[in-house]
Amino acid sequence: MIAAEQLALRAAEATPAPLLRRMRGLSDRAIAWLFIAPTMLLLLAINIFPLIWTVRLSFTNFRANRPNAEVVSVGIDNYVSVLTDPDIWGPMQATAHFLFWTIALQTLIGFTLAYLIDRKFRGHGFWTTLILIPMMLSPAVVGNFWAFIYQPQIGLFNYAVSFFTGIPPSSFEMLGSVKLSPWAIIIVDTWMWTPYVMLICLAGLRSIPNYIYEAAEVDRASAWRQFWSITLPMVLPFIMLAVLFRGIENFKMFDLVNLLTNGGPGSTTEVVSITLKREAFEKWRTGYSSALAIILFVAVFGLANIYVKALNAVKNR
Amino acid sequence: MKKTFRRLPAALAFAAAGILSLGSGAAQAQGKTITLCWAAWDPANALVELSKDFTAKTKVNMKFEFVPWPNFADRMLNELNSKGKLCDLIIGDSQWIGGAAESGHYVKLNDFFAKEGIKMSDFMPATVTGYSEWPKGTPNYWALPAMGDALGWTYRKDWFAKPELKAEFKKKYNRDLAPPTTWAEFKQVAEFFTRTIDGKKVYGTYLFTERGSEGITMGVSNVLYPYGFKYEDPKKHYAMDGFVNGPDAIKGLEFYKELYKCCTPPGLTNSYMGEGLDAFKSGQVAMMMNWFAFFPGLYKDPNVGGDKIGFFVNPAGPKGKGSQLGGQGISVVAYSPNRAEALEYIKWFASPDVQKKWWALGGYSCHKAVLQDAGFKASAPFAGEFLTAMDQVVDFWAEPSYAQLLLAEQKRIHDFVVADKGTAKEALDGLLADWKKVFKEDGKVK
Repeated sequence: MIAAEQLALRAAEATPAPLLRRMRGLSDRAIAWLFIAPTMLLLLAINIFPLIWTVRLSFTNFRANRPNAEVVSVGIDNYVSVLTDPDIWGPMQATAHFLFWTIALQTLIGFTLAYLIDRKFRGHGFWTTLILIPMMLSPAVVGNFWAFIYQPQIGLFNYAVSFFTGIPPSSFEMLGSVKLSPWAIIIVDTWMWTPYVMLICLAGLRSIPNYIYEAAEVDRASAWRQFWSITLPMVLPFIMLAVLFRGIENFKMFDLVNLLTNGGPGSTTEVVSITLKREAFEKWRTGYSSALAIILFVAVFGLANIYVKALNAVKNR
Repeated sequence: MKKTFRRLPAALAFAAAGILSLGSGAAQAQGKTITLCWAAWDPANALVELSKDFTAKTKVNMKFEFVPWPNFADRMLNELNSKGKLCDLIIGDSQWIGGAAESGHYVKLNDFFAKEGIKMSDFMPATVTGYSEWPKGTPNYWALPAMGDALGWTYRKDWFAKPELKAEFKKKYNRDLAPPTTWAEFKQVAEFFTRTIDGKKVYGTYLFTERGSEGITMGVSNVLYPYGFKYEDPKKHYAMDGFVNGPDAIKGLEFYKELYKCCTPPGLTNSYMGEGLDAFKSGQVAMMMNWFAFFPGLYKDPNVGGDKIGFFVNPAGPKGKGSQLGGQGISVVAYSPNRAEALEYIKWFASPDVQKKWWALGGYSCHKAVLQDAGFKASAPFAGEFLTAMDQVVDFWAEPSYAQLLLAEQKRIHDFVVADKGTAKEALDGLLADWKKVFKEDGKVK
């Protein structure tokens, strides 16, 4: 008798007789519900209930810092305010810019690195580990040390640029310039999360059976042809998955931006999660910020669903 | 007589019960611990030292919860809004007083002050208005003035004393090189010191530019006030047109930007108190704006303190004088289960002897017994400047919506000064519109 069966037998023997009688009366379905019930309750408590509560708050004038103030229903006023507020569109644009460029760069560089690592050259294990280090670091640490790296007077970045271009290091500010600060954040995010995309792409590349390439070679297909006709189509679902994960994560981007620029200079790098935090926990406009959160949730949920459908279509091709 | 005898046991019983209850009260207080919440900075360390006397006297232990300034408001306002019991006493920022009073976070102290003989007239008027009163100008007290503070300036006395620089300055500006008393002089000095000294590139001044919490607002106000900016019509509450965005205020804002562009070190685009201290201590700047609270520590600094450092009050502008008020009052949190001990601490802290020791340890007392002492001005090299600054302080809005008002100014000013967006007029017109919107939502203007 294997160990698991012995364990199950012992558990059955240890079950008190009244409980055993009651359990015998339950269907398999009921027992299944019994087992998943704690998890379901926990999910309801920490995910679904706050969501419903947020929806409710979004129709009120509630402010969390005014517990004694009367809470009244304001209908869809908060939603109208969010959608007509010119100060919301700036952060939306900053988020879109950040999303587009980080995903484009991370996908391109991540796939290239995965392709190179997949060649299995000497020491590829060492290089894989080295490349993975940035994504293992805490965003708080990354944000702080990149703030030093970007420091115009003592930072390595400006010195490196100066070394290669001859521009004086103190003549430009990566975090203080309106033109450069969005790119400063894109560079850090790309540095940190490209390894993640690389890892997913590497899994995709390694899942392609060798016999397909062998058959292609028998058919005298060139390396370029093999790449376009075998590698890329077969690894595409993995790339799309990586894009989905990075897209959702970067839509919520908060920590790096908060540490590097805090949304500045001015409001240049104020992504929408920074705006949401300011509205909810600094200005304490709880009703308004709930409406903004719901709008963002619906947008991400809707876009992610459309994307997953596309992903499934590619997979089933 | 009989009556007396009959009453005697009862009287004795009452007396015994009274003595026992006093004893048990003291016994209860003994071994109790109360928590004081404040920001993590130099004066907080002095308060830890000072509070040892309170524990020695009352046997009530003190615990401290100090949060770094950038997170202080977030952390503590969350605590108060959630009716948390972490803090028994809180030294909250002056702008919180309206919200904390109206939301019932702080205990109203009028009755306690009357009972214990604590008189607000014993404290400097500006600190009573700034730290204790809500509504402003009314005798409703929610805090005891605890830590007086205002914005001031430090300068490199050793650089100002260099003969070759003095001569060069005199030749260029036809006056002696000295700490500036007006903003026009300030700009000349700042431009002059943006140069190389002892083979090292240095800059004229350090200014607050922080975007996230309150930094750039606390900085720019020191130019705006002397240039004529006012929060509202002194004769009519919430009438802000022409006061917030008038021609004087616009000139003041443009001037702050000019200073930022001409004379501050590169890279300090999101910098507040800590970055200023770093810039000054590392010998990067000739003049630094910062809070008086940091000056005792700077004076003791082995590299830039002592003979090398000097202090001056915020310069005057075309429309007069003005310095941004800092500092805080100490309040009892309404949700504290240790209210009696917390009030005991306030009573102890208000006594003149404790206030004198508070100043001696590095805290800024607001008590007249300390500030009007004949030896006060000579007690520290920045003491005289502190008194002058406290006579000309102006504070930001202390309304319950102060955070919204503050964040609106942070955005408008940072957009104009650091991010070069729009004009000063557009920035202040935008600020006025934002503030009107907030007050409209609050039902204070139509």
